Amino acid sequence: MNELQFLTWVRGPGLNIAIAIFLLGVLWRLFEIYSLGRKKDLSAPRHTSGASGLHTVFRRSLPPPGMLKRSPVSYIGGYIFHVGLAIIVFLFAPHILLITNLTGLSWPGLPSQFVDMTAVVTMAAMVVVLVDRINKPVKRFLSTFEDWFAWAVTFLPVLTGWMAVKHLLLPYPTMLALHILAVELLLVVLPFTKLFHAFTLFGSRWYNGRVNAHKGVPV
Amino acid sequence: MQGPLIDSLVRQGVSRRTFLKYCATLASMMALPPVAGRAMAEAMAASRRPSVIWLPFQECTGCTESITRSHSPTIEGMIFDMISLDYQETLMAAAGFQAEEALHTAMKDNYGKYLLIVDGSIPLGVDGAYSCIGGQSNLEMLKEVGKGAAAIIAVGSCASFGGIPKANPNPTGAVSVSDIIKDKPIVNIPGCPPIPVVMTGVLAHYLTFGSLPELDDKGRPKAFFGETIHDRCYRRPFYDQGKFAKTFDDEGARNGWCLFELGCKGPVTHNACATTKWNGGTSWPVESGHGCLGCSEPDFWDAGSFYKPLSTPADPLKFIAAASVVGAVAGVAVSVANRAKKGAAKSAHETTTLADLEK
Repeated sequence: MNELQFLTWVRGPGLNIAIAIFLLGVLWRLFEIYSLGRKKDLSAPRHTSGASGLHTVFRRSLPPPGMLKRSPVSYIGGYIFHVGLAIIVFLFAPHILLITNLTGLSWPGLPSQFVDMTAVVTMAAMVVVLVDRINKPVKRFLSTFEDWFAWAVTFLPVLTGWMAVKHLLLPYPTMLALHILAVELLLVVLPFTKLFHAFTLFGSRWYNGRVNAHKGVPV
Repeated sequence: MQGPLIDSLVRQGVSRRTFLKYCATLASMMALPPVAGRAMAEAMAASRRPSVIWLPFQECTGCTESITRSHSPTIEGMIFDMISLDYQETLMAAAGFQAEEALHTAMKDNYGKYLLIVDGSIPLGVDGAYSCIGGQSNLEMLKEVGKGAAAIIAVGSCASFGGIPKANPNPTGAVSVSDIIKDKPIVNIPGCPPIPVVMTGVLAHYLTFGSLPELDDKGRPKAFFGETIHDRCYRRPFYDQGKFAKTFDDEGARNGWCLFELGCKGPVTHNACATTKWNGGTSWPVESGHGCLGCSEPDFWDAGSFYKPLSTPADPLKFIAAASVVGAVAGVAVSVANRAKKGAAKSAHETTTLADLEK
């Protein structure tokens, strides 16, 4: 397989398969999770200010008191790479072109130099949180294969994409093909790993907040 | 036609000086040292032309057209004429049994020494019945003639990689020469059509050094296929500056900006068009304002639209409807199973243990 055939495969059949598995998995998991349900709480609801599903959705994005000081790397590193990923994925002009190509939707992008810098900062933050996970005995003990794997499949698209833009190591088309392949891997594993939090995050926060609000507890 | 080449050239009005210049150019194009030009001239001028048998299989004769007719008379064309081309159906006067006889005589007289040129792919479907010459399938013919060849030159994308006949869905089961012949040196000169000077370059190298030039992993001469169109494209600076033509008649196109966004396959295509150009050095596709189609790469016909940029997906939403339905059905099925399990546990008054929670 030469680089043209490789690129042809990743942007043709490979991408078709990856998008199909991604959609299939996402729908499957969403149906499965949201149909589980829970027994109805028959007690009279209590009303406390600041206790509701919506409150929890926002509150859980902020560190609980004292936690920022106790594990700054997790919080700051986590914020940086999540915001960075969102900027790279949704505000990089070529990615917007791709989305426009697929859906017809479009919005203005950020200057590529800025996205370039964001990618470097994002990768740095991801490396720092990885090192932290390796260095802290408790975190290391709690980590399973899935955690390392999820980190790798998130990191690879950023790395290969940045290297393709910067024309590093391999010819641009080969690097671009590797980038698309890395994204395809991410798409395929996302619905079936902890990365699915991208879809369930706000739902579960709302759910927890709602259950606790019924008991009158603002969490 | 036998006899030293220089005599025939002189008869056709080509001076020794012109011939020397031509050989020096050829040598430099093939990245050989300057002295090689002289050696090449001497070897070629003196050599008796080796017998060449040209087998046309599933092809459109575009390769032959390219080499013999595109801009005659060139020195390439004439050298090609001077080769002892003992069998070439398109060019030879003989036909029918006479032609077959010429083929067999050439094979017998030069067994183990002749060069075999093949253009066109070889169909394997229906026992090769899709393409026959004189009642013999291309497959049998290639095997028979290939056995006595010193080397095989696969001219054009069809002979090199299967080309357009092999394009999806490949109705005739077309394959390349190297898919069939495994025990002979094979040079692939892909292109649709290939560049004439590449072919004469390979022939000159063979005549001068008695060996084939250095080849890449696709069996192509490195001297001509070592770099991509994109590496050598005169529009490359615009690519590096991010200046792209967005349509074929916008300002960018008129300013000669890069055609990448209009689907140019230059970055993944290894060929010499950007340096040798076409029609006697007049122009070449990108210079005429159209992106490279990637015709010298394997399976170029199936590489998506010619007009879609390399970086955008070909047809990514092909399976989404089916995938959505399957996903939703799977989700609902699992939900029903979960609910049934829950109901059964409830009616059996099952208790939850610590072990359950650790599952």
